[in-house]
Amino acid sequence: MDQIILQILNGLDKGSAYALIALGLTLIFGTLGVVNFAHGALFMLGAFCAVTLSRILTISHTVIDETKKDFLGNPLKVEVPYVNDWFGEATGQAIIDWSVPLSILFAIPVMIAIGVIMERGLIKHFYKRPHADQILVTFGLAIVLQEIVKYYYGANQIPTPAPEAFIGSFDFGALIGMDPGSIIYPYWRIVYFCFAMVLIGAVFAFLQFTTFGMVVRAGMADRETVGLLGINIDRRFTVMFGIAAAVAGLAGVMYTPINPPNYHMGMDFLVISFVVVVVGGMGSLPGAILAGLVLGILESFASMRQVIEVLPGINQVVIYLAAIIILLTRPRGLMGRKGVMED
Amino acid sequence: MSKTTLTRRGVLKSGAVAGAGVALPTIFTASSAAAYMNEPTGSSVTLGFNVPQTGPYADEGADELRAYMLAVEHLNGEGDGGMMNTFSSKALTGNGILGKKVEYVTGDTQTKPDAARASARSMIEKDGAIMITGGSSSGVAVAVQALCQEAGVVFMAGLTHSNDTTGKDKKANGFRHFFNSYMTGAALAPILANEYGKDRKAYHLTADYNWGYTTEEAVRTSTEAMGWETVAAVKTPLATTDFSSFIAPVLNSGADVLVLNHYGGNMVNSLTSAVQFGLRAAEANGKQFQVVVPLYSRLMAQGAGKNVAGIYGTTNWHWSLENVAGSRYVGTNAFVQSFGAKYGFPPSQAAHTTYCQTLLYADACQRAGTFNPCGVQEALADFEFDGLGNGPTLYRGSDHQCFKDALVVRGKENPDSQFDLLETVDITPREALTYDPAIFGGELGTCNPGA
Amino acid sequence: MLGLSKKDTSLLIAVAVLVALAPVLLNPFPENSALAQFNAGYPDLMQRFVIFGIFAIGFNILFGLTGYLSFGHAAFLGAGSYAGVWMLKLLTINVIPAILISTVVAGLFAILIGYISLRRSGIYFSILTLAFAQMSFALAASVLTPITGGETGLQTALNDPRILDGVNDSGNIPAPNLFGLEMGDSLQVNVAGWLWTFNAGYYVAGIIMLIAFYVAIRIFRSPFGIMLRAIKSNQQRLNYTGLNTRPYMLACFVISGMYAGLAGGLMVAMDPLAGAERMQWTASGEVVLMTILGGVGTLIGPVLGAGLIKYFENIFSKINSNLLHKWFSFLPDGLEDFVVTIIYPFIGKGWHLTLGLMFMGVIIFLPGGLVELGQRISRSFSKNKNDAAEQKPAE
Repeated sequence: MDQIILQILNGLDKGSAYALIALGLTLIFGTLGVVNFAHGALFMLGAFCAVTLSRILTISHTVIDETKKDFLGNPLKVEVPYVNDWFGEATGQAIIDWSVPLSILFAIPVMIAIGVIMERGLIKHFYKRPHADQILVTFGLAIVLQEIVKYYYGANQIPTPAPEAFIGSFDFGALIGMDPGSIIYPYWRIVYFCFAMVLIGAVFAFLQFTTFGMVVRAGMADRETVGLLGINIDRRFTVMFGIAAAVAGLAGVMYTPINPPNYHMGMDFLVISFVVVVVGGMGSLPGAILAGLVLGILESFASMRQVIEVLPGINQVVIYLAAIIILLTRPRGLMGRKGVMED
Repeated sequence: MSKTTLTRRGVLKSGAVAGAGVALPTIFTASSAAAYMNEPTGSSVTLGFNVPQTGPYADEGADELRAYMLAVEHLNGEGDGGMMNTFSSKALTGNGILGKKVEYVTGDTQTKPDAARASARSMIEKDGAIMITGGSSSGVAVAVQALCQEAGVVFMAGLTHSNDTTGKDKKANGFRHFFNSYMTGAALAPILANEYGKDRKAYHLTADYNWGYTTEEAVRTSTEAMGWETVAAVKTPLATTDFSSFIAPVLNSGADVLVLNHYGGNMVNSLTSAVQFGLRAAEANGKQFQVVVPLYSRLMAQGAGKNVAGIYGTTNWHWSLENVAGSRYVGTNAFVQSFGAKYGFPPSQAAHTTYCQTLLYADACQRAGTFNPCGVQEALADFEFDGLGNGPTLYRGSDHQCFKDALVVRGKENPDSQFDLLETVDITPREALTYDPAIFGGELGTCNPGA
Repeated sequence: MLGLSKKDTSLLIAVAVLVALAPVLLNPFPENSALAQFNAGYPDLMQRFVIFGIFAIGFNILFGLTGYLSFGHAAFLGAGSYAGVWMLKLLTINVIPAILISTVVAGLFAILIGYISLRRSGIYFSILTLAFAQMSFALAASVLTPITGGETGLQTALNDPRILDGVNDSGNIPAPNLFGLEMGDSLQVNVAGWLWTFNAGYYVAGIIMLIAFYVAIRIFRSPFGIMLRAIKSNQQRLNYTGLNTRPYMLACFVISGMYAGLAGGLMVAMDPLAGAERMQWTASGEVVLMTILGGVGTLIGPVLGAGLIKYFENIFSKINSNLLHKWFSFLPDGLEDFVVTIIYPFIGKGWHLTLGLMFMGVIIFLPGGLVELGQRISRSFSKNKNDAAEQKPAE
């Protein structure tokens, strides 16, 4: 039982990452009709916003420590961050320690800006072009973004730990009245899940309860008519693109303590997030969330030792197997509408 | 052309005649004019450095490439000479190899066997490379080694740790300086038994590919010989990024040690997850829970950050070796000085092994008096040398594997710099790591000079 | 000729001439010149050009004609490769059975996947094919290791049975050959500094590509091809006329898969190793990119796209800073370093960056791919000639 709850938690956690990426992708892919292969790269850029902020916070001057030697036998140069000088050692270290949560504030404007620039500068010109052209241009863009990041940050993973207070794990089992020690779960993964839910809720609330959101939803349903009403739907779609980029970016920021980021992390999520969007149903935001969580949980269950022993290799194919079964039984995915991207 | 048997020579000769009739060009074919494949005829000799330049191992590949360029400098008599000054064989004089200036071409393996072979083939076919070296994974090493055997050039393996490279898949034209899974197991097990006790229950997570299998096998066998018990061994897909579903069940499995048979990004992510799930802080079976990483590299340690603190593993070499363990490992400081002065940071073990391989190849050619792969093989077979930073080393003739001491290391609790992440705990003498080449099967075959 | 229109015949002849002369045409720079780095006329790359050309031609039969975007075509390439290596291991080192069986196996595999995937269209079809290919890749790389060689790949070995061949006691694994003509055999001709390599394997692959290209033209021009185009333009209408489009689609999908299998078989015939990553989605994506880059739905476009991508992968990745310094050594020192610093990020380990920029550039400025570039050039050349003709009164 505890194993099952543990894997459900893992699945929700993994699934919330899938869901966040798929949410942004659905906003772009399911509504603007653009196949955005650069969406994984946006996730990666978000993660590197966190890396960048922690680099900025640790900009240092060097102090020579005569008691220690470096690898060439010279006196060791110790790096002292400027924030330590300005705020004192304790506060300075605390600021650096909290760099990942702080990056949320940093990433929102940066990612919205990147999204808007991308849409205005490039994607806008591809709304009317065939999907094949969109694939090529966004894939090219994804490669370029990746390579730029690699050029400045290298190919190796960069450790970006969570604040000290969130490192380690707690007894989740005791919390829900099970035997102590039966379900130990990391703090940060719970934080990630909650953060994802809040973010998803915020996007839905924005679309549901604001006039802006209402117009966008109307535009999704029938772009032409909304345009005829004299509403500038293009401008709103640009903003939507910015929001989608920010959602992907924030998913990346918060993901950094879970796995140290490298320039390639976006590509690892790209294929899976497309599968999630399609399984959820094209153009359906709740579908994307549902599919993300369901596939995440399935993947976690399939990775259990007891399951692998019966069906070797199932953990590697379960997501695709599920996608095939769902698409064959429900032609438009879990919650898809008729007529979206079927030609 | 009265005979219709279409032999290889026959076709080539008739082709040559037809060609000669047309434009009177100078014609030579790979298999008739030269004594061996890509025999250098001019004043220079070309080596092919085939390293990952894109993909997750790009940084490791970049470090290998730095070492190669340094080795070329030293072979050509530029720079401070590095380990050439400490190398026990004095055949090399800083005058290139056999008087020919050393030049090189570079390529990208992408850490994919297909791409690596394409890159190696272009070096052989287009650039006339006489030797191919490099790589950062065993899959690539095995694939490129087989290609070099077919093409008739020498392959000096870079970082490859699977037993198969010089075991099941060994080839007469291929040579490995790096240590292997078997040696890791043999070196690590006694230290683990000593530190953590003989009554331990281990849980293995194994990357689902060739290297993972041989490493799991080696560590299992040697820890079980010490009295450990293996509770479970779970294979994890190579493409896994989030290891939570593999790590989560470990704590309640009855195990008290987790062995991560992972390398590169896999290891960074699985170790990070293991620490997140509180394994390092937990207790199981009344003992402190422990995590072990059989194969360490500095780049992995950098990627995992603070999470490596206190975790045991093995390496082939470390830049602090001579300072820590004395003059048996002479050459280490010479290399670190030379590398550090040029690039500003200490070399990784991948850089060390590739530098050594280049020097060993050059020295073998020099002693053999030829670049012919068969001559190189003779010169390297059962070659005993010293002064390349690992202490006295044997290049065994029966499987082309180097035998030397192995390092057991531990992640430092309070590193001084981002390069000072590992501390040497123990050094296992090479006698304890030597095994019978027959145990891994495979056939060496005969050397192929390609002509 | 051969049942082709005059225009198609001249296209086929042009391609045949290009294939025949490629070893000369692809080596425009003398062997010892500084620019020799840009020569592509060596066997491995020329073989890759034609083999990936076949792969892309086959993909274009499906995508270009019917508009069905398969994102899992690499599965057939991989299946063909594995079948080919097994033939080389079990049967004979002669490449004929390997090439034939790999095509057949890929065809069977395509029937299976196509039968299921073609129940859906549009993006749903793409995801289904992607899912099948990713499953094949994941299983080939892990659970199926005894059959596929896992991550290392499947190779020939010294102790393979090779039941049709005699006893091999040379101590070396025999190389794939065609009745004794080894695929690696080459004739090198050195003319006044130019070095041309005429490779046996390349010409075998080249001839097969010409046949494949010819078959593709015939398919494009056949009633079957027109039916496929009709499916692309309006499948619903076809269905309403009472026509069942499924058999046509399946046939097209299987033909396309067999092209991929043929390419896979040729790949192992040239270089007997099949790696699992041949089936990965990135490999499927590559053939999509090749086709779009060259020009979707055109005959020659996919071949050009394949050539360009492979050229970048093999040539640009091999340029290093050492070479750059050599090329620009004529500049004053400071300027030389400056120029090298500017160019360095785009070559060697940065070749992906150049590739990405090229994708974007081509698709932004040439919506029809490389074929459009060719058309624009030929139009601008013939403009003067046609100026008079174009000034006909409007009808």
